[in-house]
Amino acid sequence: MMANMVAAINNALDLILQDDKNAVILGEDVGKDGGVFRVTDGLYDKYGADRVIDTPLSEAGIVGTSIGMALGGMHPIAEVQFAGFMYLAFDQLVNHAARYRSRTRSTRSVPMIVRTPVSGGVRTLEHHSDSPEEYYSHIGGLIVVEPSTPYDAKGLMIKASHMNDPVVFLEPTKLYRLFKQDIPEGPYEVEIGKANIVQKGDDLTIITWGTMVPVVKNAVTNSKRSAEIIDLRTINPLDESTIIESVKRTGRAIIVHEAELTYGPGAEVAARIADKAIFELEAPVMRVASASFPYPFPGYENYYIPNELKVQKAIEKIMSY
Amino acid sequence: MLKKVYDGSISYVQIMDEYGNVDASLRPDSLGDDKIIDMYKWMSYARALDTKVLSLQRQGRAATYAPLVGQEAEQIGSALAMRKQDYFVPNFRQHGVYLARGYPLDTFFLYWKGYEEGAVVGKEYNALPPIVPVATQTLHAAGIAYAQKFGKTNAVVVTYVGDGGTSEGNFYESLNFAGEFNLPLVTIIENNEWAISEPEKNQTAAPTLAQKAIGAGIPGVQVDGNDVIGVYKVVSDAIANAAAGKGPMLIEALTYRMSMHTTADDPTKYRDDKEVTAWKPRDPILRVKTYLTKKNLWNDKLEQQMADEQLKKIDEAVDKAEQFKPDPRSMFEHVYSFMPETLKQEEDAAIAENFWQTAGGAGE
Ligand SMILES: Cc1ncc(C[n+]2csc(CCOP(=O)(O)OP(=O)(O)O)c2C)c(N)n1
Ligand SMILES: [Mg+2]
Repeated sequence: MMANMVAAINNALDLILQDDKNAVILGEDVGKDGGVFRVTDGLYDKYGADRVIDTPLSEAGIVGTSIGMALGGMHPIAEVQFAGFMYLAFDQLVNHAARYRSRTRSTRSVPMIVRTPVSGGVRTLEHHSDSPEEYYSHIGGLIVVEPSTPYDAKGLMIKASHMNDPVVFLEPTKLYRLFKQDIPEGPYEVEIGKANIVQKGDDLTIITWGTMVPVVKNAVTNSKRSAEIIDLRTINPLDESTIIESVKRTGRAIIVHEAELTYGPGAEVAARIADKAIFELEAPVMRVASASFPYPFPGYENYYIPNELKVQKAIEKIMSY
Repeated sequence: MLKKVYDGSISYVQIMDEYGNVDASLRPDSLGDDKIIDMYKWMSYARALDTKVLSLQRQGRAATYAPLVGQEAEQIGSALAMRKQDYFVPNFRQHGVYLARGYPLDTFFLYWKGYEEGAVVGKEYNALPPIVPVATQTLHAAGIAYAQKFGKTNAVVVTYVGDGGTSEGNFYESLNFAGEFNLPLVTIIENNEWAISEPEKNQTAAPTLAQKAIGAGIPGVQVDGNDVIGVYKVVSDAIANAAAGKGPMLIEALTYRMSMHTTADDPTKYRDDKEVTAWKPRDPILRVKTYLTKKNLWNDKLEQQMADEQLKKIDEAVDKAEQFKPDPRSMFEHVYSFMPETLKQEEDAAIAENFWQTAGGAGE
């Protein structure tokens, strides 16, 4: 079937609710409204208010009770309306979701998915465009995934529903309806912890994910260089071997992400390349990212998010070494 | 042993009903008809402003916007009840309060056009800029109220939160702090019956939101939020009370969101138009107009004159706001009170590359 990312995730959630009688969806406006981005559209009518639950307006409440539901034998799929409001549930994720397994030596686990729209480029009000993958990736015990295609979104969602771990599922709003793809109608999984090589190349490796995947693709096309593009898809745990293998071959690496530069996820990737591939490098590892401060108001966002030109400049620079 | 250890109740206040009848026993003595005309003008002005931003938004000249239509009485009544020194802590829908507090409209437009320069609220306005994360501002309001008490300023803080917002932990924490420290804080719940697609009954099993005060040990009251006089009285009393050192108050204003949640929302998806129609006769502006017309204090000519004047001021402010040219360097200059070495490098690189914009600069 042809599906954009919204339809692909909607389809995945439908299959999950069909297959897993303990699965529920909960969040603000996920029921009748079908979510503010329509990701849960139609599921309330199909599964009823017991399984597609409009909650009170409380992010700590949604995520905290999801943890409790999971401990109680259910399989919650929570939606936090925007990533910028998930900080209200940060305590529940850091102090509880991430730790139940280790502090009980795997006798308790928290199988749940927390979905939230991330990143900008769509002229939203304040707090609606954050790219928070680094915050959650810093916490061992949480899985952090971020698809950039409808195919991966569906497969990762279904895979996430089969994990016995808390999964933070980040959905780039900019990509929700950007393009359609032919995807299988039935269930399939995309492996968690496995990056996707979007295109092969020999001159350099670009490691990216989320909103930056299409930006990088265009920049590479314009640059006329043979770049290998790796879409991480899972931010944590990191598919280190795919990255290292590629960089050892190309000798050059650029990491491109929309999250802020400073202490951003690019630093982690760069450090691992430095650890494992330093002798193959022909140029310093480069990072292209948003500036090191919170996402600005929409009138400034085009000056803030990395664009094709910025990536192209980085490609020229790294190739000049 | 069994004994009652607490007894609480919540009152409902209405002074002007939907037909424009005034309960004289409750009407504040200080509130003459001249003041009621003022209230009418401010409410009309707020609605005109709202209409303007909506039309700008449709033309792509404003970002996402949260309309206030239907909530004018609750906002103007409370704004006029505030004294100059009182401090206003909004969420994202109190355009009417800004307006009536004399806040510059061009700055207001800049906010909704999507520039930080629109969040520059001069200290003289005793107000914060709009706050989007629901209910988080209620704690700031408690803190600012603490600062008033600490500094013996005699100012009272007035904060606003939606019916949906009362489900957030921060809301309860704010009331609790305010009660515990006996702070000069007035919290107004704009109960417009909807939080995006969720009706109030999705938020709580409590029959009123005002009763949430009881758990915090502070007084709570309900008021007809479409009755500008009722709101004015209840908020004035709460402010006088707080200024006299008698502590915080929770006010639930019963109103209705006549329009979409924001310009990004489609209410036909989740609410029956009949519900909206049923609220139309309860319009907050209409009832005041009925009252004034009956008393021969208002007519079409005055109406037209008022509308023309207001629109002129609005248009001037829009023009001014539209002349604004963003300077992307400002993003870097206001992150810290000083410029860190690493941030300076980022800024220099961005300037050197013209912020990676195509030839000609401005990348909007
Ligand atoms: C913490 C937080 N969660 C979610 C949102 C998204 N959101 C914005 S307004 C809103 C509903 C607010 O309803 P209510 O408090 O009743 O205020 P109203 O919009 O009706 O004025 C939601 C869910 C937000 N801005 N902040
Ligand atoms: Mg509401």
